[in-house]
Amino acid sequence: MNANQQDQTSGTNVPKLSATQLTVRSIAIGLVIAGIVCLFAYAGGWLTPIALTPKRFVDTFEHVNGLSPGFRRNHAKGLCFSGSFESNGRGAALSRAVIFRTGRVPIVGRFSLSGGKPYAADAATTVRGMGLLFKLPDGEEWRMAIINLPVFPFATPAAFYDQLVALAPDPATGKPDPARVQAFLAKYPESARAIQLIHGHAMSSGFENSTFSSLNAFRFIKTSGSIASVRWSMVPVQPFAPIDPATSEQADKKFLFDALIASVHRQPLQWHLIITIAKPGDPTDDATIPWPPDRQQIDVGTLTIDRVESEDTSPARDINFDPLILPDGVAASDDPLLSARSAVYSRSFTRREGEHKTPSAVSPAETENAK
Amino acid sequence: MNQGRTQFALLSRILHWLMAAMLLAMLFIGITMVASVRDYHKLVSLHRPLGIAILILAIVRLINRKLTTLPPFLPTMSERGRRFTTISERLLYMLMFALPLVGWGMLSAGHYPIVMFESVHLPPILPASPMLYAVLRKTHTVLAFLLFGTFLAHLGMMLFHTFIVRDRIINRMALWPVRSRNSTDTQAQS
Repeated sequence: MNANQQDQTSGTNVPKLSATQLTVRSIAIGLVIAGIVCLFAYAGGWLTPIALTPKRFVDTFEHVNGLSPGFRRNHAKGLCFSGSFESNGRGAALSRAVIFRTGRVPIVGRFSLSGGKPYAADAATTVRGMGLLFKLPDGEEWRMAIINLPVFPFATPAAFYDQLVALAPDPATGKPDPARVQAFLAKYPESARAIQLIHGHAMSSGFENSTFSSLNAFRFIKTSGSIASVRWSMVPVQPFAPIDPATSEQADKKFLFDALIASVHRQPLQWHLIITIAKPGDPTDDATIPWPPDRQQIDVGTLTIDRVESEDTSPARDINFDPLILPDGVAASDDPLLSARSAVYSRSFTRREGEHKTPSAVSPAETENAK
Repeated sequence: MNQGRTQFALLSRILHWLMAAMLLAMLFIGITMVASVRDYHKLVSLHRPLGIAILILAIVRLINRKLTTLPPFLPTMSERGRRFTTISERLLYMLMFALPLVGWGMLSAGHYPIVMFESVHLPPILPASPMLYAVLRKTHTVLAFLLFGTFLAHLGMMLFHTFIVRDRIINRMALWPVRSRNSTDTQAQS
């Protein structure tokens, strides 16, 4: 190269490469390019097919439940609603989020039953969900997906994935294989404890008197920047009544949704948004563990649902109730489930949005005509 | 021997390397986040504002390119090589605009808020529509792979010129000033 004192832009005066030099250099260039491709493939998960990816979660949901195109891969059966949230201003002391200033914001949402079968019969013990989207006055959004359990049965994405397989009903018996269930509970003792708590928790008679909880911890950030760990619940104004498993066995396939539609037609339904504030040491990364009952709880406002609408006509069908769509002033905790939920919901959303839509189990005719 | 400037303008060179780093980071963030449950949220929160930053810089870069004169092609470049370079540069420019715009449009069509940071967010640029979302989501992936492929071709071309033709092509884009004659003290890597 030093011989090159000439106009170096010509490139013609550089010494000729020997055949060996040319081969070595060509291979080196090829290796650099191949190396970058491999790095990219590794980052994309193609070199580690056993890793737990959003794709594997959604594939497994589809495998366990069967594929129902156009529907959510979990909480597939549902009914949409709209209404408002009226903040009483007390939340402003906890978080700088605009929603906690006194005032009313519109909401849309969706009640659902867990499981990936959109036409499954309602059952007393099926987990009930509430998806919510708050439209804040400054254009921000707060979305949540909350369920009627006191704790979440699984602490980590891996535990959640393993139960999808282990607790799935055996096609032969219609019930989970006891040996696999035992093995699962032995591997995840925190799930065994959480399931005990859930069994000891009284199920209410319907959606309208269920308490829906975040279960995962979040962080509230004040204007000063100080941070508190919180969990929250929507606590019904409608009085509690226990569900009677015997009568619900006799009931029709949509008895929970039918009762919900009838009660909204009688009068708007209401819930209080109750914020529970952690004390130092309360676990924020494990949704299977309840916080002690003496933790401070603050009622920050009232949710009112005055209209229900079939998925067939509601915009809420095409909303992803991603729990990490949060306004400024609310942030994710260190709970590993949150990012996993966000990732898997997104993948499920992407798949169903591109699929042909079939009518929902709860039709527009049913939601318009109260029985 | 020394026929005027052989380097791109300083701003062009700064923009080139800044955006090279950002685009490469973006490709890796994007491909990692869609396969990750643990880091999905952190990465997607970074992906959105970085994408918009790239869009803004792409506008600056296009204006800058129109306003400055480009150094001539190296004589070592064949007619075919020049055509290839022109096409790949046009493709890179197109993708610098298309990828962020498709991403923004896709989130709009998917009924998502377009959050930048804290309470700062962008308005939707398309109406909410399931099929539009699905198509744009797929387009975003296809364009990202196209960008990755074009980047590899661009890099491969540069390595070929640097180590086989040895015409110091990288000097054209070097951040430091390179004189066109007597350049033994400013050689590229080899």
